Amino acid sequence: MTEATFQVAFSGPHVTIQDAGRPGLMRYGVPASGPMDRSSFALANAALGNPADHACVEISRGGLSLRCLSGAVTLALVGGGFIAEIAGRKLGAWNAFAIRAGETLSIRPGPWGSWCYLSFAGRLEAATWLGSRATHGASGFGGGRLAAGQVLTITDAQSLPMREGALRCPVWARPRHVLRCTLGPQDRFFADETLATFTSARFEATDAVDRMGMRLRGPAIAPANALSIPSEPILRGSVQVAGDGTATVLLSDHQTTGGYPKIATVLGCDLDAFVQCRPRDAVVFQAVSPAEAIAITRQNAQRLAAFEDRLRARQMP
Amino acid sequence: MQPTPSAPIFRPIAERAVLVEFGTTLDHAAHDAVLRLDQALAAQPFAGFREAVPAFVNLLVEFDPATTDHTTTIAHLRSLLTAKATTRPQPALREVLVCYDAELASDLATVATQTGLTPQAVINAHLAGDYAVFMYGFAPGYAYLGGVPEAIRLDRKPAPVRNIPAGSVIIAGAQCLVTTLLMPTGWWIIGRSPTRILTDDPARPFLFDVGDKVRFRRIGRAEYEAAL
Repeated sequence: MTEATFQVAFSGPHVTIQDAGRPGLMRYGVPASGPMDRSSFALANAALGNPADHACVEISRGGLSLRCLSGAVTLALVGGGFIAEIAGRKLGAWNAFAIRAGETLSIRPGPWGSWCYLSFAGRLEAATWLGSRATHGASGFGGGRLAAGQVLTITDAQSLPMREGALRCPVWARPRHVLRCTLGPQDRFFADETLATFTSARFEATDAVDRMGMRLRGPAIAPANALSIPSEPILRGSVQVAGDGTATVLLSDHQTTGGYPKIATVLGCDLDAFVQCRPRDAVVFQAVSPAEAIAITRQNAQRLAAFEDRLRARQMP
Repeated sequence: MQPTPSAPIFRPIAERAVLVEFGTTLDHAAHDAVLRLDQALAAQPFAGFREAVPAFVNLLVEFDPATTDHTTTIAHLRSLLTAKATTRPQPALREVLVCYDAELASDLATVATQTGLTPQAVINAHLAGDYAVFMYGFAPGYAYLGGVPEAIRLDRKPAPVRNIPAGSVIIAGAQCLVTTLLMPTGWWIIGRSPTRILTDDPARPFLFDVGDKVRFRRIGRAEYEAAL
């Protein structure tokens, strides 16, 4: 069995191991976690012909540097406009390439994007929690956060020269500034004018972001009455409004229940490209009906699946 | 229109969920209706059902938008509600050990002062509570237990305190919770438990199911250390 090992030379904050996540446990206070940008994660695995739930390294704008200690393996770097440097060679994300013992791979943010996925042709060994290697940020349960000095082991490491080369970055993987959402489930706590502001005003992404959520800057959209509502279940994509009118979009590691009113819920398919926004990027909310939300979601899923299939079937000449 | 246990409101959410509301304020009848629907759904899931999340007065039902939709989901939930009411099975009773040693109960003295009781009376009141798991939230394994006796109900602290160790037994208002992670809390720390809510047992990873009854059993410091 071939193996490749890497030592973490540097790791920024919020750099974690993620697989497809652990859905089904929200009733026990456990969010699904998994990748912030699920489409880029899926494409990172597809590029190497990996199973769809293979664990990858999720890289934040903090960046990551890995030194290959032993072996050789093909990697894919997918998501955002990140920049990689390997053995003195510069390349962008949306690339599959080889690395061998003695070489160092450094990944840093490029012109756009906030999250990037590093997949391996082989199995990234990592701790599981409740059947998944996805890291739950607040507890560190699962595969875990990467830390300098740590050694990563890839078992069944393969060199796949026919899969190496540049990948196409689809336009829908770029940052998304129009977030389609359904209003509610607590829109009734907001005045009509406030709801109108919410769906027409320009908000901005901020640097108050982690795997739990992103706070937005924009006009105050305070609830009409500061009713204390009994804590309710929360979904990824919920737009939660604090008493002062500040909105936060909840993401992969969201709390599963909470008492702040949710003015709207962003469609799951729009969150992948939303998380690629950077602080000060403009964001607007567009309300759609639940039926429209389903139609949009099905269309998006088809588009992603078709792209993924082509990537899986792809072999370089 | 206000939702009631017999006339809930169904709120479609995004592309993949329905929130069923049985009330708007903490209310036992509404919570019982949540538990009944949750159990009926577990017994008779619909095609495309993903998961259900029970809370105090509402149940979130998530589905796979590739195969079903809000209308179909709501129709199924309505049929479960109108089906002949099944009596809820007897809830399980779970025991949680608790040590009230002063070193492990940093707020016990303050709770005593604020309630006008002796620390021993606070402990007795806590042990006498009739607890049930209302929901999970905040962090993995954080189970909200309702049933703290009137005599020791206090509002939470004005500001949270950081780095409260896992296993802390904390109270605020009518609620009690056994923490599972090193986390901040604004609740009152009245003891420490060696009983693990995150059990590490793959067959039963969480000690409680929502709806379970809970009883606290007092242990001494030596038994606490031995049980760790």
